[in-house]
Amino acid sequence: MKKIFTRPEALTDLPFHYCPGCTHGIAHRLVAEVIDEMDIYERALGIAPVGCSVFIYNYLDIDMYQAAHGRAPAVGTGIKRVLPDRLVFTYQGDGDAAAIGTGELVHAAARGEKITVLFINNAVYAMTGGQMAPTTLLGQKTTTTPYGRDKDANGLPVKVCEMLAPLDGSAYLARVSLHNPKHIMMAKKAIRKAFEVQMRGDGFTLVEILSSCPTNWGLPPLEALKWLEEKMIPYYPLGEYKTPAEEVQI
Amino acid sequence: MAKVLMKGNEAIGEGAVRAGCRYFFGYPITPQSELPHYLAKRMPQVGGIYLQSESETAAANMVFGAAGAGARVMTSSSGPGISLMQEGISYLAGAELPCVVVNMIRGGPGLGNIAPAQSDYFQAVKGGGHGDYRLICLAPASVQEIIDLMQDAFDLADKYRNPVMLLADGVLGQMMEPVDLGDEILRQAPEKEWAATGRKKGGPKRLINSLYIVPEDCEQHNIRLSQKYSVITKEEQRWEEYRLDDAKLVIVAFGTCARICKAVIDRAREEGLAVGLIRPITVWPFPNDVLSRVRETAEQFLSVEMNMGQMVEDVRLAVEGRKPVHFYGRVGGMMPVARDVLEEVKKLYNGGAV
Repeated sequence: MKKIFTRPEALTDLPFHYCPGCTHGIAHRLVAEVIDEMDIYERALGIAPVGCSVFIYNYLDIDMYQAAHGRAPAVGTGIKRVLPDRLVFTYQGDGDAAAIGTGELVHAAARGEKITVLFINNAVYAMTGGQMAPTTLLGQKTTTTPYGRDKDANGLPVKVCEMLAPLDGSAYLARVSLHNPKHIMMAKKAIRKAFEVQMRGDGFTLVEILSSCPTNWGLPPLEALKWLEEKMIPYYPLGEYKTPAEEVQI
Repeated sequence: MAKVLMKGNEAIGEGAVRAGCRYFFGYPITPQSELPHYLAKRMPQVGGIYLQSESETAAANMVFGAAGAGARVMTSSSGPGISLMQEGISYLAGAELPCVVVNMIRGGPGLGNIAPAQSDYFQAVKGGGHGDYRLICLAPASVQEIIDLMQDAFDLADKYRNPVMLLADGVLGQMMEPVDLGDEILRQAPEKEWAATGRKKGGPKRLINSLYIVPEDCEQHNIRLSQKYSVITKEEQRWEEYRLDDAKLVIVAFGTCARICKAVIDRAREEGLAVGLIRPITVWPFPNDVLSRVRETAEQFLSVEMNMGQMVEDVRLAVEGRKPVHFYGRVGGMMPVARDVLEEVKKLYNGGAV
């Protein structure tokens, strides 16, 4: 019998700790599948963030680092400069990458640091209790925007791909979503492309992955995916924001 | 080998290169800038990497990544920059990553000034960042000693898997002295099985981490670190003694301050006063052993520092109240003047102060 579906080798068999309906598990699996398919298990080094997904280091079956809040791109820079032939990726939430770690993110991109940032955007601080993130939508209620995010009081949401695109050091920037199987497959392609571009040495790469947080959004899992599709995608349009001049074959 | 004239800051760079350091991440700040200048030139010559980070915060975390990948790596800064690095230094200590951090102390607090000081003593030896950790902290007093200690700094960092701080002041960084660079053999970093460099199939998984979410685990981690610090305290105390044997009044001073105090002691001795010096070379671990010994014969102690009284607390702890411990300090970039310290010594020696 032909085996058509199996657990990726780069994923441990530990059960995920995530809330029901959270898409971190899907994103983890995609990363593991790409590592398997690129046959890069022994050269892959991941950097875990601070936040819900810090325990990604338990789920990916590769050598891992755990970085301080927001500092993963700097940690990745240190690793990659020592081990330039490795695949180095960070896995960061929106609080991690778009708030406290904006400096490290922007400058890793500006330097053209040959790392990949997997940027999980769920429009909220999750682990700390559902506070406003830089990516929280206008009108969105969080524990620190109980009346909804207001532009005068709280500022406007940050669009990370658009922010990084003008930097010459960024080589590949894409925004994908995990709200349905078709988009999950597209997300996987983008992750693979980012890894390929990194290994080719073209520069900084980032995949922004729109994700759900039913717990902090206060929605059942399916409604959360609908909210993601209907509310987040219009403000955070999907697509490739930067590609290398020469197309990467995947 | 013939001696060469070197600036203290440059000696740190050359000492690091000779100790096998091949990675430097840092951000400019006075009065340590000659060190990054030197390494920006020197690192490419030895196949190393010099990278100017966007901030001290980033630099400390680049060090984290490079140290986790098994490299001999260093950063340097001064007061305000070291404050920004403290987050990373705490993580480095928590994840037990070997590296060297140089603090060429300037006057503070806040922006203060760029003149020499020893006002970061507490920050260096009592933690500085969050959590329960220690840095091995070396305090050279000459350019030659910088060269020698840089080798030890990297070796100690690897031996104990702990960050090591080189603590000096702006005078030492700017000072030029002839130094013997020693032999040409360049050291290599030892093999580091624990480094996360890519997992071999079937091999052990390596994790560079300071997170222990279960309190029982975190307590065990802290206890294990504490046991390591106890071993370091027992094994690694270093100090210099100067005219100490019959000293009735013992000055304790480190770095540039100790050089001034040696001149004070020579003059005091000429006047028949039995004064000696203990110069801590490791300010952590603090050289309690020598103080425990000397407190039996000395009648009083004087801590001379370029701050408002920081190391004096460690002197008092070591003396355990058995003898009076006095303090003399200048701050804000002002250096103690030998004549003034001598006056203080005479006053104390003649029972003029309590």
